[in-house]
Amino acid sequence: MKKPLDLENIAKTIRKIILTISYESKVGHIGSSFSIVEILVILYFSFLRINPRKPKWHDRDRFILSKGHAAPALYATLALRGFFPQRNLSKYCKDKGLLEEHPKHTVLGIEISTGSLGHGISIGAGMAISAKLRKKNFRVVVLMSDAECDEGETWESALFASHHHLQNLIVLLDYNKVQAFGSIEEVLQLEPLTSKWRAFGWNVLEVDGHSMPKLLSTIKKTAASANKPSIIICHTVRGKGVTFMEHTIDWHYLNPKKEQYYAALEEID
Amino acid sequence: MRNAFVQSLGILAKRDKKLILLTGDLGYTVFEDFKSKFPKQFLNVGVAEANMMGVACGFALTGFTPIVYSIATFVTMRGFEQIRNDICLHYANVKIIGTGGGLSYGHAGATHHSLEDIAIMRSLPNIIIVCPSDRNQVKAAFVEILKHKGPVYFRLGKKGEPDIYTPTSPFTIGKGIILKRGADLTLIATGNMVYNGLQAARILSQKGVDTGIIDMHTVKPLDEDVIIKVAKATKAIFTLEEHSIVGGLGTAVSEVLSEKGKEKIYFKRLGINDTFIETVGNQEYLRHIYGLSIETIVRRILKDFTKYA
Repeated sequence: MKKPLDLENIAKTIRKIILTISYESKVGHIGSSFSIVEILVILYFSFLRINPRKPKWHDRDRFILSKGHAAPALYATLALRGFFPQRNLSKYCKDKGLLEEHPKHTVLGIEISTGSLGHGISIGAGMAISAKLRKKNFRVVVLMSDAECDEGETWESALFASHHHLQNLIVLLDYNKVQAFGSIEEVLQLEPLTSKWRAFGWNVLEVDGHSMPKLLSTIKKTAASANKPSIIICHTVRGKGVTFMEHTIDWHYLNPKKEQYYAALEEID
Repeated sequence: MRNAFVQSLGILAKRDKKLILLTGDLGYTVFEDFKSKFPKQFLNVGVAEANMMGVACGFALTGFTPIVYSIATFVTMRGFEQIRNDICLHYANVKIIGTGGGLSYGHAGATHHSLEDIAIMRSLPNIIIVCPSDRNQVKAAFVEILKHKGPVYFRLGKKGEPDIYTPTSPFTIGKGIILKRGADLTLIATGNMVYNGLQAARILSQKGVDTGIIDMHTVKPLDEDVIIKVAKATKAIFTLEEHSIVGGLGTAVSEVLSEKGKEKIYFKRLGINDTFIETVGNQEYLRHIYGLSIETIVRRILKDFTKYA
């Protein structure tokens, strides 16, 4: 029998990779990356029907990281899942490097280039309706940030997906309640968030976005949604895993100093 | 042009089931027949152009050929960043159809006058821009742009444009058509200005100014060879477009002439000067006021005659 994967350990490794490649390249977005680690682990190691050996397989599930600025988390996950060698991670944001600050579709395993907010659900909805019309079984999963709810396109796509009953579309909303320049509450209030999405005709679920068992059982529940797209509001913590990075806006852009880097590594371990 | 587009869309949609029309809630009295014949290939996305472009990208990346339709201003401007990031960056096989190019929606006012669409589309990598000049060219060009597997902006007029071509006239993307040669000057026109340019060239020639005209239906990639060739055989080049003189065909031709053309040639852009239209009127009236009717084109060219003859 295959040994079950140690998901907690994978999550730890991903956090260490995020921290290290960000530290080495002096590029930010650590906080936004840390808040989605468990979500990505569950998607890539337990949920998505994908094959790293056949990344362009026609019937694969499609995943779109709409919050493109959390690319370090996606790169680390894709490397650990075998889409590309882990040594490529050291070329993150370097001159003549391989990986940019935001995801690019030319990297194996990445469907869509993102970085500008609010595009993910529209593209995902296009893929999902295309799958329905062609009677394909693949699912489309979009991971978005809470601040993407500021974008008008998000709500255009929310109307579209529910009107067309795209039950094969699953959106995960990383609700860490902090955006680039302040808290959601200060900048542009989103509450009541669940009732907004429900009013737009979505199947709305909520979960602790750092509990992997709960994430998995919640995402599996979306299969029961007969004729609505699903959104899972994932309650998360910006900077999760390193105490001095948690809940603060600083680690949207900041990069750790040497002492901070080692202190953070130690805490993750 | 619009009806010709809808006709050829019907013929091609029958052959290719992966062709799907997305409209931003436009096409009343235009698409009813198409919708009833091909209900599975018609999708009214609603008045949400940004979303429509993203949806089109999703369709294209999963095997469909989306044809995205709206008024030229809305289809190019409301979802510009989506066209850039979702469609052009991914080289998604999406055909963007802008109807009512230029001043087609005369009375509707400045919000509906499409005078910057070519300029902004031209700034994007990976896109082809085709502005057909009559219904026959619409049909010929549409077949060709579907053969091309990548982003295209197809700029239509509205309706009732006079014929220039026959149904069998050849069409090649990126190859300008020399309709008439002229030793004194050559007009390079695009889209719904080709007819007026052709008539103006005939009148000017009758008046003793030997005037040629090129139909530059493809603004991107531009047929540089024909421009360089014609620049050697003529004393002046005038560009002609129902579009702002900023950034459109005129700018594109000037780039070629200034970098690759011969040293001395008189050059002028005829189009709408850098302004919004402040007069109320239909397309014909506005063309007259803003210097794009046959008569006013002739007058503007003659006014400069002593400078280049």
